[in-house]
Amino acid sequence: MSRRTLPEINAGSMADIAFLLLIFFLVTTTMDVDTGLVRKLPAMPEEEEIIDDSQIKARNIYVVLVNAKDQLLVEEELMDISQLREGAKLFLDNWGKNPDLSDSPLKAIVSLQNDRGTSYEMYIKVQNELSAAYRELRDREAQRKFGTYYAELEGENKKEIRKMYPSKISEAEPKKVGAN
Amino acid sequence: MSRFKKKKGTGTPAMSTASLPDIVFMLLFFFMVTTVMRETTLIVDNKLPKASEVKKIEDKSLCSYIYVGAPVSAMKLKFGVEPRIQLNDSFKLASDIQEFVAAKREATAEEKKPQLITCIKADVDAKMGLITDIKQELRKAQAFKINYATYASTD
Repeated sequence: MSRRTLPEINAGSMADIAFLLLIFFLVTTTMDVDTGLVRKLPAMPEEEEIIDDSQIKARNIYVVLVNAKDQLLVEEELMDISQLREGAKLFLDNWGKNPDLSDSPLKAIVSLQNDRGTSYEMYIKVQNELSAAYRELRDREAQRKFGTYYAELEGENKKEIRKMYPSKISEAEPKKVGAN
Repeated sequence: MSRFKKKKGTGTPAMSTASLPDIVFMLLFFFMVTTVMRETTLIVDNKLPKASEVKKIEDKSLCSYIYVGAPVSAMKLKFGVEPRIQLNDSFKLASDIQEFVAAKREATAEEKKPQLITCIKADVDAKMGLITDIKQELRKAQAFKINYATYASTD
């Protein structure tokens, strides 16, 4: 048996084939967004249940209103979105010092109410600033206690910090006001 | 003098393109791995807002997506320009959400049901009225875990 050496296959077109596939995947690919703000909705209130919020002292509620023109009214004062984070932090981290602000972060509640005409973009901005306020306070505590960021903590340590600054963002039952 | 002439004659050697397929394959594999074939074709404009305090969804298979936005330009004549809700592949009303969530719940294994999450992918121009309606329906359907899809931005 004479063993002839096989002629080598020309691999010059390999690049072309690979390019073709590459372009196909480039075109079809959609970098899907899998990031977002996670929230938990409250259960539907019972029909006869009367929401009694008179138990909560007014000083412990941080009222954030957003109107149909995307303007912010925080604690009955007009506010720019850029100040909301600091405002919320001041309120949460008051520990009873200023009589207008909260007793403690445990009792503090952020009450968010938006209009039907508020833009989604603004709503997300407000939600984001409020979460940022909580996150910054938690980060500060985590740095002080464990020398790391809140997001990097695990298990008990994380729970401990979360207990100190529980995130209480309450959204009002929808009302029909303003322009749609 | 002769040395000078020699140099002129040689010129630059042709660049070897032998490693070109390797480079292309590398890119190809990257895109093959990262690509996700979208199951639903979007029929609404969907420009998501930006936020910095974002979390990543761990398991996308547990996610049911609600798209909100104005119909795409091809659909504008038929469906108008007001933002609408898209479930699966068609426009739906807020009242259809309960059924939609129930169907997803039905299709999920029992032990994974508590982890089900609803992702609201709403356009920046959508109004909160519509979002509030969706939220109310989700509360009625007892699907309390929601995720407002946003791009991650560094502040």
